[in-house]
Parts: sequence; C-alpha cells; structure tokens
Amino acid sequence: MLSRTRWLSVPALLWLAFFFLIPLLLVIALSFLERGTYGQVVYAFTLNNYSRIADPLYGEVLLETLAVSLLTTFLTLLIGYPLAYHIARLERGWQHTWLLLVMMPFWINFLVRSYAWVVILRSQGVINTLLLSLGLIDQPLSLLYNSAAVLLGMVYALLPFMVLPVYVSLEQLDRRKLEAAYDLGASPWRAFWHITLPLTKSGVVTGSILVFVSSIGMFVVPDVMGGAKSALIGNVIQNQFLSARDWPFGSALSIVLMLLSVMLIFLYFRAIRVQEREGREER
Amino acid sequence: MTGKRSRLFSAYGWFVLVFLYLPIIVLMLYSFNQSRINAVWTGFTWKWYLSLLENRHAMEALANSLTIAAWSSLLATLLGTLAALALHRYAAGVKAVLNGLIYLPIIIPDILMGLSLLVLFSQIGMSLGKLTMIAAHVTFGISFVVVIISARLAGMGNELEEAAQDLGASPWQTFRHVTLPVIAPGVVASLLLTFTMSLDDFVISFFVAGPNSTTLPLYIYGLVKRGVSPEVNALSTLMIAVTILLLVAAEVFRRKGMEKEPGNSLIM
Repeated sequence: MLSRTRWLSVPALLWLAFFFLIPLLLVIALSFLERGTYGQVVYAFTLNNYSRIADPLYGEVLLETLAVSLLTTFLTLLIGYPLAYHIARLERGWQHTWLLLVMMPFWINFLVRSYAWVVILRSQGVINTLLLSLGLIDQPLSLLYNSAAVLLGMVYALLPFMVLPVYVSLEQLDRRKLEAAYDLGASPWRAFWHITLPLTKSGVVTGSILVFVSSIGMFVVPDVMGGAKSALIGNVIQNQFLSARDWPFGSALSIVLMLLSVMLIFLYFRAIRVQEREGREER
Repeated sequence: MTGKRSRLFSAYGWFVLVFLYLPIIVLMLYSFNQSRINAVWTGFTWKWYLSLLENRHAMEALANSLTIAAWSSLLATLLGTLAALALHRYAAGVKAVLNGLIYLPIIIPDILMGLSLLVLFSQIGMSLGKLTMIAAHVTFGISFVVVIISARLAGMGNELEEAAQDLGASPWQTFRHVTLPVIAPGVVASLLLTFTMSLDDFVISFFVAGPNSTTLPLYIYGLVKRGVSPEVNALSTLMIAVTILLLVAAEVFRRKGMEKEPGNSLIM
C-alpha cells in the first residue's frame, strides 16, 4: 500500500530534469555550435570554441583562476585547520556555538560580504582614513582592485567551507591514539604530524575540494574587489553570456569549468567513502 | 595539554572570529554614519534608512524579492517534501540514483546553473522576468528541502507508519496523523530556508532576471558597481539582519522534536 506513494517524487524529478539536466545538456550542445555575426547561434558543428580556450589570453585567465583557487585553498587550510582544532577541543555545548558563529557569515551573500571589504579597503575607506589621520601615510594606499584583494575576499568568503569538514574529522579522531603517542614520549608537534594530521586527512581533502570547486566558479568576489586585470574564468564566462553575447564560446568555457568541478566532486565522494571506511575500521 | 597552549588556541579562535565578523560589523556601523562621502564618523543618523523608504527603485526591488521568495519557497517546499516522502520508500539502489539527481544542484557551481537556465529560457522562448526567476529559485531550493525532510523521516523510521496501517488506518489517515506531525517542523524550516536562499541569491538571479524582476541583491549590485554609498550600507545591513533572523527561525523549527539527536545544524 505504501509503495503507491512513490509517484509523489515524480513532480520534483521532472522539475529537476527540465530545469537542471536539460539546461546542462543544452550548454554542452551549444559549446559545439558557431556564433553568428550578430551574436546569434548558428546551428553548425565546430570545435573552434574549444581551440579558442588555448588562446594565450584565455589560457592566462585559466591559469590565474587555478593559481588563485589553489592559493585560496591553501590559505583557508592554513587558517581553518587551527580554528577547527580549537573548536574540537572545546566542551560539547561550546563546540556547537562556535560552529554556528563560524558558519553564520557564510549565509550572508557573497556580494554583501565583498562590498563590506570595499567599505574598509577603498581609498577613502576605513583603513586609509585611519592611517591618514594618524599621519602614518600622506597618500591613500591602493588596497583594492588587485589580485591580493581578490585573494583576501575569496579566503574570507570560503573559510567556513574548510573549517566544517576538518572539524568533523577532528571530532571523530580516536584520542587514545594520541595518548599512546604521548605515553611513548612523543612531543606534541611529533604527535600532531604523525597521528592527528594523517588521521584527519579525509577532512582536509573534503574541505580543500569544497573550497577549490567554489573558488574556480567564483565571479562575485573578483567582480566587486578585483580590477580589470584580476578577472577569473567566472568573470569571462559571465561576460561572454551577458555582454559579448558569444554564447557558444561562453558554453565551452563553462564546460571546462564543469569538467574540473565534476572531477573534483568525484574525488570528494571518494574521500567521503574513505572517511566512512576509516570510521568503520576504527570501531 | 598545558593551559598555556589552550589559551593560545583560544586567542587564535577569537582572532579568526573577529576577522569573520569585523567587516560585517563595520559595514553595519557605517549605515548609521551621517557623512555621505568618507569614512570619518560624523554622527549617528537614521536618515539613510528613511531615504530608502522613499526610494522607488529600492521599494520595487523589495516587492519583487518578496514575491519571488514567497512563490519559490512554497513551490520548492511542496515539491521537495513530496519527493522526500516518496524517496523514503524506494529501494536502496534506485534511491542512490535519484539522490544523485537531487543533490547535484547543491554542489554544482552557481554560475553554471545560472547560465544553463538562461540558455534553456532562451531556447524555449520564455522572456526573462519574475516567472523565470521563480523557476530558477525553485530549482536550487528543492534539493535543500529534500535534505531537511529526509533527515526527519530517517529519524522516524518505518515502524510508526506500519503500526498505524496495521491498526487499520488508511494511507491518508496515516499521513495526516502520523507522518505529518513528524515532518511539520521540517516543512516550516524548509519554507524559511528556501525563502532566505531566494532572498539572498545573486549569481543565479543575475543570469535569469529581466528588466521588471530586479531583486534586492541585483539592485545592490547595480549600486555597488557605482561605488560606496550609505544607502547601500543601509540596504546591506537590512539584508544581513533579515537573513540572520530567518536562519535562526529555520534552525529553531528544524530542531523541534529532534532534541535528542539534533544532527548537523542545517546552516552548516
């Protein structure tokens, strides 16, 4: 009798098929079509859109995107791991409060959070006004609209994505192993390096993939905090769709982005499976 | 563990929290500053908030945001709840495949979802406006609803429903008196969460909005591109306040009746 309720999932599945799967397939198809003189799509097969990505101009953007994303991932790990470590050492109740505090900004949209940095960093911003009035500088510093600002914005935006999975794996860590290491005379640093870090590898991998995937698709932060030179692939894609009106090329760029993401998401699921297996072996 | 190292980690933790919150707090503070041009504090004022009330564009964006958020949260919650109820009964193998389709929208980069929807709407000749916005917001909302409702159903197990049926309850009676009370707080949490997500969304909306469907984030973006102004600070402050209020409410409902095993917070 209960099995009759299965059709209830049909509306949602149809909805997602129509508004999620089909659009993705359309983008794939579009990436193999030509662009007409007036920005319209011409239904003729071509691989040009993909070969154009190899153009040094776009190759550079792609490299810049990968570099910024890697750096963002590294910095969020560097800042996020000790924070997660701190939270995992607190009492249960406090752990929850701290996690809420860390995750809350994540739900305020990236646009508003990037804009908050503009208020602080721009030439008449909080920092420059403060330094000028203290007489430490005579000219406002240009803190905004460069790659460093973009990196700051990205790390700021994505830090919570790193803290949560690392915290989860630290939480599951079997403390007896650490005690054993200490009993055998290991220094705290040695114990961390040989026991804590390897045992929380899956959390680090999960966090890194979440941050990296979010970084390579990011366009709000570079758009608001970066200058013309710090455009990432997300900005180029957005530009192809909304200003340059070269949808086929924009689609090809998106497919590259999608492939990168899917590859990483695949790794992510593998990391999760490893985590589950490790969890089972512990018990 | 020595106390000294504990204090060091504590200090570090607070330092990172300050890094996370300081920009937001500074932004909020400056929405009450009298000076229009620079960052010097010249006195407290409400005038930027009052001027928003008289700003026709801002009010229009607010109305659009609320309309789109209301419709999309209702639709996403309805579709997502029904799907979660059905998925609860599928065999493990089928469930895994369907779950894949349902959870994929959560992990795919927003920009891809936005531009692929733009391509779809242009292919089927649907002009961009409130309808396309609602359709897009429903699409990213459904998955989160399924996650929330499924968690409640998993907590309930099958026993209660089976017992009700054994005692002669019809499927409808079972649903009305057994299943619904269990998932009700989750449904409210889903409504609040999808409403918040719709209100907050910028990237996907950016691609599928038409001239008459500018929402608050899109309006803020237009202003941000022209530079810093106290009105944007005020508008952003309002958005932050509303987001946090809605999230806290959603979290309270999600936890209702799950005291023993509250699981992961939905905002994490």
